[in-house]
Amino acid sequence: MTLPNALNDFLFGIYPYICLAVLLLGSLIRFDREPYSWKSDSSQVLRNRELRLGSNLFHYGVIIVVLGHFAGFLMPEPLVLWLMSPAQHQLLAMVVGGIAGVIAIIGLSILMHRRLGDPRIRRNSRKWDISIVVMLWLQLALGILTVAYSAQDMSGAHFEILVRYVQGVVLFHGHNAALLQGTPWVYQVHILLGFTIFLVSPFTRMVHIWSGVAALAYLFRPYQLVRKRSRSVNP
Amino acid sequence: MKIRAQIAMVLNLDKCIGCHTCSVTCKNVWTSRKGMEYAWFNNVETKPGIGYPKDWENQERWNGGWIRKANGKLVPKQGGRWGVLARLFANPNLPEIDDYYEPFTFDYENLQTAPELPTAPVARPMSLISGRTMDKVEWGPNWEEILGGEFDKRSQDYNFEAIQKDIYGQFENTFMMYLPRLCEHCLNPTCVASCPSGSIYKREEDGIVLIDQDKCRGWRMCVSGCPYKKIYYNWVSGKAEKCTFCYPRIEVGLPTVCSETCVGRIRYLGVLLYDADRIAEAAATENPQDLYAAQLEVFLNPFDEEIQRQALADGVPAAWIEAAQQSPAYKMAVQWKIAFPLHPEYRTLPMVWYVPPLSPISAHANAGSIDSAANGLPDVGALRIPVRYLANLLTAGNEPPIVSALERMLAMRAWFRARQLGETQDPALLSSVGLDAATAEDMHRYLAIANYEDRFVIPSAHREAAENAYQLRGGCGFTFGNGCDGIDAKAGLFGGKMGRRKMIPIRMLDDDT
Repeated sequence: MTLPNALNDFLFGIYPYICLAVLLLGSLIRFDREPYSWKSDSSQVLRNRELRLGSNLFHYGVIIVVLGHFAGFLMPEPLVLWLMSPAQHQLLAMVVGGIAGVIAIIGLSILMHRRLGDPRIRRNSRKWDISIVVMLWLQLALGILTVAYSAQDMSGAHFEILVRYVQGVVLFHGHNAALLQGTPWVYQVHILLGFTIFLVSPFTRMVHIWSGVAALAYLFRPYQLVRKRSRSVNP
Repeated sequence: MKIRAQIAMVLNLDKCIGCHTCSVTCKNVWTSRKGMEYAWFNNVETKPGIGYPKDWENQERWNGGWIRKANGKLVPKQGGRWGVLARLFANPNLPEIDDYYEPFTFDYENLQTAPELPTAPVARPMSLISGRTMDKVEWGPNWEEILGGEFDKRSQDYNFEAIQKDIYGQFENTFMMYLPRLCEHCLNPTCVASCPSGSIYKREEDGIVLIDQDKCRGWRMCVSGCPYKKIYYNWVSGKAEKCTFCYPRIEVGLPTVCSETCVGRIRYLGVLLYDADRIAEAAATENPQDLYAAQLEVFLNPFDEEIQRQALADGVPAAWIEAAQQSPAYKMAVQWKIAFPLHPEYRTLPMVWYVPPLSPISAHANAGSIDSAANGLPDVGALRIPVRYLANLLTAGNEPPIVSALERMLAMRAWFRARQLGETQDPALLSSVGLDAATAEDMHRYLAIANYEDRFVIPSAHREAAENAYQLRGGCGFTFGNGCDGIDAKAGLFGGKMGRRKMIPIRMLDDDT
C-alpha cells in the first residue's frame, strides 16, 4: 500500500517514537507514582474454567512470538548471515512465528469467550480490559496473515526490508519510513497496531509484562525474606 | 546462633465457645471492603468438618506447605522456583472463590417494593460478583457450624486419618470442637517462599508476616502456597491480602482485635525467642511426627544468661527479653507443654499454637464404670474427642504429647476440685503427670482465671526509633494507593483511583446574591 509521503513519514517515522516514549515514560511514572495499581489483575479466583487452557496457550504462544520478534528483527545482520541465508531466516520466522501465533490466538479466543461470556468476569471487566484483549486478538490475526503474505516471496528479500526497518527504528535512522512505502497493507497495519499497543500499555494491565520479566529474579533469591527495621532516625 | 523475637499466639481450645466474636470484630476492622467480602482473616470452624475453604487441610488436593525431598531439602509442595514461574499464567492449585463461598447480599429492596401478593415477599440472595440472583447460598466460613450438614460430608475431614470414623457418625458417639483459625505467622512460611515478586516478608523485630501491597503483582502463588489458606486474593484490587496480626496495635503494646475481644478469654499473646539459624534444619526434620519437638528446640530459654547476652547482641531490646520471661506463650508451649502447633506436618513452623480441648467422658464409658488410670484420673482415651483426632490436628499424629497435655489439664482440675470441696489434695496426683503444686497453681492462674495482664504480655515496638513519627501526624491511616480513599473511588489515568482529594465544594457567601 502506498501512502502520501508526509503521512507515511508520520506513521512509520514519528509515531513509533511517540509510542515508545509513552511506553517507557508512562510505565516509569506509573511504577513510581501508582505502585498499588501495578498488577496482573488476574480473574482466576472468580472462575477457573477456561482460564487454565486459554491463559496457558495464549501466554506461552505469545512469549514465543515476542521473543521471536526480538531475536528475528534485532539480531545484527552479519550475525544472521553467518548463521543462515535470508531465505532460511524468513522460513524460520514464518514457521516458528506461525505456529506460536496460532497457539496464542486459540488461547486468546478462549480467554475472550470467557471474558465476554461469563457473567462474573464480564461484570468485573474494565473497558480497558476488553479493549486490550480485542487489540491483541487483531494483532495476532494480522501477524498470522503476514505469514500468508510472506509466502508469496520466499527469497527473503522483502523480509530483509522489514528487518532493516525495525532495526532502523531502534537505531534512530533518518528517512527510515521510506523503506515501508509500497509494502503490503497487512505489514503496515500490523506495525501500526503493534506500536499502538505499546502506546496504551502503561494505562492497562499490560504493565504486568514488566513484572513478569522482573519475576525472573525469583529464580535467584533465597526462599525466605526477612525485613529489618532501619534503626536510623532522620529528625 | 541468631536470636530473633516473635509475638506468638496461643489459643486455649478447652475454653472456646464458638461465638465468632473474634471473626466478626476482625472482619469489621480489616475485611469489610469490596473484594474482601469472602475473606475472613479469622474464622471459627466446627470440627470435625472440611472447613473453609473446602477441604483446606488436604494438601494432596491443594498442594500447600512444603515437602521434604530425598536429599533432605525442602521445596514448596506446589513446586520449586521454576515450577512456580511455569504456573504463573494459570495456577493449578488456586481455590476458586466458590471453594470459600460466593459473596452475597440479599435483595432487601424487594421487601418494600413488591406488589401486594398472597404470600409474603422474600429477599433473595444476590451475588456480589455477578450481581445476579442466586438460587441458594451454598457455603460459608462456618457452614458446618455445630455439626451442621450430614456426617458423610463432614467426615471427609482430613484429621480422621487412621481413625475408624464410622462410629462417630452415631448420635451417641458424636463429638465436636471449635477451631478458630488465623494466619500462623510461620517461622518458615511457604507464602513468602512462593511469591515471585518478593512482596511478602517476615518482620525481623516481631515475626509478623506481611504483604507489601505496593510490591504485590497479584501472581497469587502465595494463596496456593499457604497450607492454611490464610492468604486471600482481593478480586477487586487484584492484590493478595492477609492477617496483619493487627501490627499497628501490637506495635503500641495492644493485643490483636481477635484477642482483645475474645469473650472466652482463650487467646494469649507473648514473646518467644527463637534461633533463626536453626529454622531450616528444624523444618526439614525427616519424620513429620518429630516436627513438634524440633520446633520446640528452636525456641530459646529467656532465663538463660547466655541467651540474654546473645539476644541483646543480636538487637533484641531488653524489654523484649523481660517480656519473653513473662510470656504466656513460653509457659504454655515450652514449660508446661500443653500447647501445640496446628498441622506441623506442613513444615512451616507455625507460631499460633493451640491447647487441645478436654471433652466429656464418652457414653460407652459412662455406661460401665469410668476407665481410670492408676492415679484416679479418667483415662484420656475415654474422652469423647479421640486423642488420635487431636494428634492428627496438632502433632502430625503423634499421640503421647497430646495425652500428656490432656492429663496435665485433668490433673490441674482434679487438684483444684479437691481444694474446692475441702478434700485432701494429693501431690502424687500432680507428680504422676509431671507437675508440681506451684506449676498447677500457675496453670490455674493462666488457664482458668486468665487475667488480661497475664494473657497479653506485649512489649511496645518503639516505632519512633525507626521512623520520624512527626511526619505521620494527620496521615490517613490505611488507604489503597495514593490519596485517602477506599479502592472503589473513580478510576484515574492508570486504572487506579484518582489522586485528587475529594472536597466539600466551597461556596462563597456572595454566590447567593
